[in-house]
Amino acid sequence: MLEVTDLHVTVEGNEILKGLTLTINAGEVHAIMGPNGAGKSTLSAVIAGKDGYEVTQGSITFEGKDVLEMEIEERAQAGLLLGFQYPVEIPGVKNIYLLKSALNAQRAARGEGEMPAPEFMKLVKEKLGFMKMDASFLQRAVNEGFSGGEKKRNEILQMLVLQPKLAMLDEIDSGLDIDAMKVVADGVNSLRAEERAILLVTHYQRLLDYIVPDKVHVLVNGRIVKTGDAELAKELEANGYEGIEESVA
Amino acid sequence: MSDTQTFLDTLKTRSVNYSGEPSWIAARRQAGAARFEAMGFPTRRDEEWKYTDVRAIAQGNFKLADDFDFSQAQAATLTLPIEAHRLCFVDGVFAPKLSDIDTLPQGVQVLPLSKALEENHEAVGGPLGRLTSVDFSAFAALNTAFMEEGAVVRIAPNTVVEKPIILQFLSREGEAVMCHPRILVEAGGRSEATVIEHYAGDANAANFTNVVAELMLDRGAILNHYKLQEAPLGDFHVASIHVEQSRDSVYTSYNLNLGGALARNDIISDLNGENAYTNLYGLFFGQGRQHVDNHTKVNHNAPLTFSNENYKGILGDRAHGVFNGRVYVKRDSQKIEGFQSNQNLLLSDRAHIDAKPELEIYADDVKCSHGTTTGQLDEEAVYALRTRGIDEATARGLLTLAFAGEVLEQVTLDEISERVELAVAGKLPERFNLAGLVEIAAALNE
Repeated sequence: MLEVTDLHVTVEGNEILKGLTLTINAGEVHAIMGPNGAGKSTLSAVIAGKDGYEVTQGSITFEGKDVLEMEIEERAQAGLLLGFQYPVEIPGVKNIYLLKSALNAQRAARGEGEMPAPEFMKLVKEKLGFMKMDASFLQRAVNEGFSGGEKKRNEILQMLVLQPKLAMLDEIDSGLDIDAMKVVADGVNSLRAEERAILLVTHYQRLLDYIVPDKVHVLVNGRIVKTGDAELAKELEANGYEGIEESVA
Repeated sequence: MSDTQTFLDTLKTRSVNYSGEPSWIAARRQAGAARFEAMGFPTRRDEEWKYTDVRAIAQGNFKLADDFDFSQAQAATLTLPIEAHRLCFVDGVFAPKLSDIDTLPQGVQVLPLSKALEENHEAVGGPLGRLTSVDFSAFAALNTAFMEEGAVVRIAPNTVVEKPIILQFLSREGEAVMCHPRILVEAGGRSEATVIEHYAGDANAANFTNVVAELMLDRGAILNHYKLQEAPLGDFHVASIHVEQSRDSVYTSYNLNLGGALARNDIISDLNGENAYTNLYGLFFGQGRQHVDNHTKVNHNAPLTFSNENYKGILGDRAHGVFNGRVYVKRDSQKIEGFQSNQNLLLSDRAHIDAKPELEIYADDVKCSHGTTTGQLDEEAVYALRTRGIDEATARGLLTLAFAGEVLEQVTLDEISERVELAVAGKLPERFNLAGLVEIAAALNE
């Protein structure tokens, strides 16, 4: 589904990713772990298309299409969706407006018509309930005045409504208390499906107790230095990244 | 020949039309001409006109129209689709065919100025000019000198006018003309009405409209006053609006300014009785090289009076905006509240705003605040919307609309808010239309 090959990325003249290679297949849940500054957030930002990241070498393809040639919105419409570490507040734009616009943009890109309002409402209400969010959230401006936990739940709510093919979640566990983490993890787990893949970017192993990954990659200094299964995350928890960094060096 | 002289010569030629008019009008006309001659057009050395250069008007040679020939089909496309009592003027000339005042409820008079003068000129002479003197500005003086047509709206006490009253001013392409409409609104005690001034016209018109409006709210009157300025992009538009409020009255102004090459609005509200309330909402949108200048002044002349002002400016390309809002509290006018906010959004690097909020307070027990901010679209928010599949133009449109939202939410006439939305956000794809969202909002409440 997603093929990242020998990816080199420079930010303001500094090379952050130095030859990263990663393959994610449908149905899989991958976790990328690594110390601060290893390039974890850079990877998801480049896949989503954020400005300021220069790809100097390598490629990214999604279902065979060159992601780097696609506009930001085209990537989302194709089913690549990023959940932000720091969701942006958008004053004046109601959540319901965003959800409706985004869903219909995706449908339009697939040549489908708008989802009728009653069907849309039923869908949104069901997902809201799942995320233990009150209906009043829909009338509030996107993330404006939301607590950290509410913002993260809102990111997952968008995922549940938009049903991406590849959900990338950047540090979705940061700033969450244990109850909020469970709700978020339940949301993410409900996305698990044969036709879908999930990429978790996280600093801590804690999240992976709730969302058990199929594969764990260790990203150090711009490259994936080790890949394993869920057990690898536990090793990291016990020994930290230092052991790995040393073994690579 | 001086710029002033061109206008005075035009007045002289025109004066054959004025023979036989009541002596008070002739006297006002003369006073207006004399004051205009003495003042001349304002220059940027005048503090009130520091940011607005009116030379393009001063150096123009504008004729005066005599007919109201405007195709009904063309007028229809420019007309607000609102069921209303309507007076229509074409280049300042009353157009009976495009008007509809046949079903006025009891206690309501809506007349072209010419007709009101014909019926009872003394009843007009009393209030006319009471709020806007020829000393107010060269433009007010000019308006008084050329005063020919306009609208007189009288609402009897305790009368609620259900349908809005629309005063439509259409500008035609062809030879450049000017008009100086005079609007008089007398809202009786505890009456309630909505008056909409609407300016529109042929896309290629390049005329000069110089309107003076005097609005008088008697005790407990409620007046909603829309000014939707969608004049052609070659038009010059100057408006002087004076409002007088007795106790317990509520005046709400929606100053929606979209059109014109140069537009200047002066809105002055005098709160003369306790518990009078003024709301000033403004949205100005400029693109290309449009220049739009809004001057507002709220005079708290009595204790226990309240004002609330929110102006938002959106400027793109090389547009230039001006906001000058003054809140004045008269000596010992205690327990007043005056709030003012002005926020501006610059969509391009070359767009420019001069924002000047002013507070002038001569009482000690007051609550007043003001603030102005200017910024650009939040690129993080544009990005965030795009990562959800929303294309860039739509994302920018949504965010621009969101910026205007606080003011637009106050506009209770959907036909008007939709026109403004279309102007500021462009034609958003069908999937963003508000109709669908209304359905959703209804479903949410189930």
